[in-house]
Amino acid sequence: MTFLELKDLRIHFPSDDGLVKSVDGLSFRLERGKTLGIVGESGSGKSVTSLGILGLHKGGRAKISGEIWLDGEELVSASAEHVRTLRGKKMAMIFQDPLSAMHPFYTVGAQIMEAYRIHHDVSKKVARKHAIEMLDRVGIPQPDRRVDSHPHEFSGGMRQRAMIAMALSCDPELLIADEPTTALDVTVQAQILDLMRDLQRDFNAALIIITHDLGVVAELSDDILVMYAGKAIEYGTAEDIFERPEHPYTWGLLGSMPRLDRERTERLLPIKGSPPSLINVPSGCAFHPRCVYADRTGGRSTSDVPELLESEGGHLVRCHLSRDVRRAVWENEIKPNLEAS
Amino acid sequence: MVTYIIRRIIGAVLMLAVVSMVTFAIFFVVPRAAGATADDFAARYVGKSATEETVGNLADRLGFNDPVVVQYGRWVKGIVAGAEYDTGAGVENCPAPCFGYSFISHQPVWNDLLDRLPVTVSLASGAAVIWVLAGVATGVLSALRKGSVFDRAAMGIALAGVSLPVFFTGIVSLVIFSYGMGITAPGGSFTPITENPAEWAYNMILPWITLAFLYAAGYARLTRAGMLETMGEDYIRTARAKGLPERTVITKHGLRAALTPIVTIFGLDFGLLLGGAVLTESTFSLNGVGKFAITAILKNDLPQIMGVTMLTAFFVVAANLIVDLLYAVVDPRVRLA
Ligand SMILES: Nc1ncnc2c1ncn2[C@@H]1O[C@H](COP(=O)(O)OP(=O)(O)O)[C@@H](O)[C@H]1O
Ligand code: SF4
Ligand SMILES: [Mg+2]
Repeated sequence: MTFLELKDLRIHFPSDDGLVKSVDGLSFRLERGKTLGIVGESGSGKSVTSLGILGLHKGGRAKISGEIWLDGEELVSASAEHVRTLRGKKMAMIFQDPLSAMHPFYTVGAQIMEAYRIHHDVSKKVARKHAIEMLDRVGIPQPDRRVDSHPHEFSGGMRQRAMIAMALSCDPELLIADEPTTALDVTVQAQILDLMRDLQRDFNAALIIITHDLGVVAELSDDILVMYAGKAIEYGTAEDIFERPEHPYTWGLLGSMPRLDRERTERLLPIKGSPPSLINVPSGCAFHPRCVYADRTGGRSTSDVPELLESEGGHLVRCHLSRDVRRAVWENEIKPNLEAS
Repeated sequence: MVTYIIRRIIGAVLMLAVVSMVTFAIFFVVPRAAGATADDFAARYVGKSATEETVGNLADRLGFNDPVVVQYGRWVKGIVAGAEYDTGAGVENCPAPCFGYSFISHQPVWNDLLDRLPVTVSLASGAAVIWVLAGVATGVLSALRKGSVFDRAAMGIALAGVSLPVFFTGIVSLVIFSYGMGITAPGGSFTPITENPAEWAYNMILPWITLAFLYAAGYARLTRAGMLETMGEDYIRTARAKGLPERTVITKHGLRAALTPIVTIFGLDFGLLLGGAVLTESTFSLNGVGKFAITAILKNDLPQIMGVTMLTAFFVVAANLIVDLLYAVVDPRVRLA
């Protein structure tokens, strides 16, 4: 049985201007001990997806359909109260900006203890000892002293470590990290990613890493899902995505990927244009207004929504270009260009 | 933390010193600058019928001819160590803390203030309990049910509460509850809590509610705005992601943060009220500090007016100090400042 499976998940928000289709038919599977990277520009629906898995849209304005299967349980139809008891224990989340994601008035230790004590009936003393162990585990020096510090007394990297300690305190089986390194500077980013890789091995959790930066997931992920306008547009192993990507949007992401062997500001090729409105999604392929290959599909890019189809061995692509054309463009036009820059 | 506390206390003491100078200047220096003579001051202490010679004598005795700095020093010394006023006809004794001596009521001002304080303290604290509880509870519920019938009704009433003057709501409630239904005291009486707590509450309940209504309205609006803001914060999402029950998320994480600015405002409001709830006291004929102030002004009793001013200033500064200290307990980030 698959540990986590999303089937045609849709999360839509009614608004004054119309229905915001933040997630629009998303499906994927994830096994224990494996890492899935979800990549896409900001506004593509990544955070809404992760909050949806945790059940945090329940009771709000969101219209949710589809299925989320976690360890044999379906969560979309489950009661809000039941999903709450799974949160923190069975599935946990690490957020982007640890300064705003931690409560400014409570000590780091108190916040970790709180997470632990909701799901474990233990004394404050035991919980405190556990919190210190967790802080030690994520590499915070002098954890028995730092446990009484407030978030603002930590550096950015230390805060994110504390946030990770909090998320892992109940030994969750599914861990979702939503842009865990975006708020950090480059050297700290690498440390945090190393830490997450080590911890995942130790905890054997299923890990979802969400980012707008393909570089972040390059080394960590087993599989990668590329998202655009609430939909998966390409899905495959990390090798599929980096060695033989087939979707024009993925090519764009690869071109705009900051690389360590390159000056940060130099030669980033951002994808032209901006992410589409999720209320009036462009007709046909949502990417067509920004796609330089849209005129090679005989008009279908603007009229028909492409299906997410298998290219080869579980590698899925949502594009009207034929597989041969995609492969030829990648080999002859894109890859040489990326290597040259 | 310790340096923070010491700094705030020093700040409060300096503030009081400045307030005392400003108060003194307003009552003694400004009139001088406007042309008043020492004799004019003395005349206020003996009444209009006195001869010029008596007035001149008294001006000398009470020291109105001394340099301003000396007069200020004498006034401060009186507060700390007590003072004696030699009027020629006899020596009036004014023990510390001497906030002046009224030659109209022939009483040290402090004695009068002490008589009135229990009324004002009772009024202010009872009302404060009601308005904080009612205001905060209404604000939280309104925020959680934003746009609901409850929210709209509560905010409508709150708007009325903020804009209706106390003498209006006070008189309307007196007419309805005291004269009409006869279930509350008609005003004008005060029983110390030490004598008879039940009667104390019976006499105060209407003034409390009237005064609380005025403030509760503002606190409800403030709490609502604060809750709407904090419930959208990232740390609320984190609290939910941990699996906390919604009730804990709202109170421990949301309300805790939303209350901080309310604590500040409360300190100011409460401190100011202790210096006299003028309108409420007048409406319900309560002999509190506020009514005392009004009477003092009408009688042009300078020492009394100055005494009330200093008392109010003291309460506001003290309340501010307490708020500052509380703030540091509530929000650890403040301790660094
Ligand atoms: N509660 C909400 N109500 C309405 N729209 C929302 C809500 N949450 C997110 N959205 C919209 O959904 C889209 C996707 O957001 P998000 O998942 O945060 O993107 P990202 O991929 O950057 O994480 C955005 O356009 C955002 O405005
Ligand atoms: S379907 Fe057309 S517009 Fe969309 S990615 Fe493929 S070529 Fe570009
Ligand atoms: Mg996001």
